[in-house]
Amino acid sequence: MAGISSRSLKTLLGGMLAVGLVLPSPAVAQRDPAYEAARQAGQVGEKMDGYLGVVGSQSGAIEAMVSDLNIKRRANYAERAQAQRATLQEYAFTQGCILIARTQPGEKYQAPDGSWQTRGSGPPQRDPRCP
Amino acid sequence: MKTAKLTKSASQAHKPRVMGKRKVTAGVMAVLGSALASGCISVNAPNEPIVIELNINITQEVIYRLAGDVQQNIEANPEIF
Repeated sequence: MAGISSRSLKTLLGGMLAVGLVLPSPAVAQRDPAYEAARQAGQVGEKMDGYLGVVGSQSGAIEAMVSDLNIKRRANYAERAQAQRATLQEYAFTQGCILIARTQPGEKYQAPDGSWQTRGSGPPQRDPRCP
Repeated sequence: MKTAKLTKSASQAHKPRVMGKRKVTAGVMAVLGSALASGCISVNAPNEPIVIELNINITQEVIYRLAGDVQQNIEANPEIF
């Protein structure tokens, strides 16, 4: 009886530790909650060009959020591209490849034909040049 | 339906055939009219901006070279991705 309870206590502690380690996981935890919610709801999607897009017609708040994030992304791409001796478009497009690959099931992304697609369990449709 | 016969066998003053012709003409006019009305070309502006492919000059070589830095970039700036 005592053995079982100590084992269950260990499991519980282990579980708590695991949760503690998993919760502050990268990317997802550090996104703004409104942005994360809009991604999960499919209101915003990752475009091929490395920027976010508004899917369909959404509220002004969502459009403003996307615009703000895209301005930040552009500044980031410009800086990184210069360091890598690449053009802004080259860097942004590569970023788009990777960001589309990293989308979670249910999130929206832009397919090579320009249409919005919902990420399924399989790999997304990407430009053939994407790594 | 029986057509009324004239007591005097003379040519009819009013031929029903004319009536039929008029009917056909009226029908044709109606069809033409509706065709013209529905044949108007309506131009609707698309909601989505027209996407012009500007990425055709980006080579796969460059993309592969940048891929590693892009991964690091996501880890360094998770709030904007």
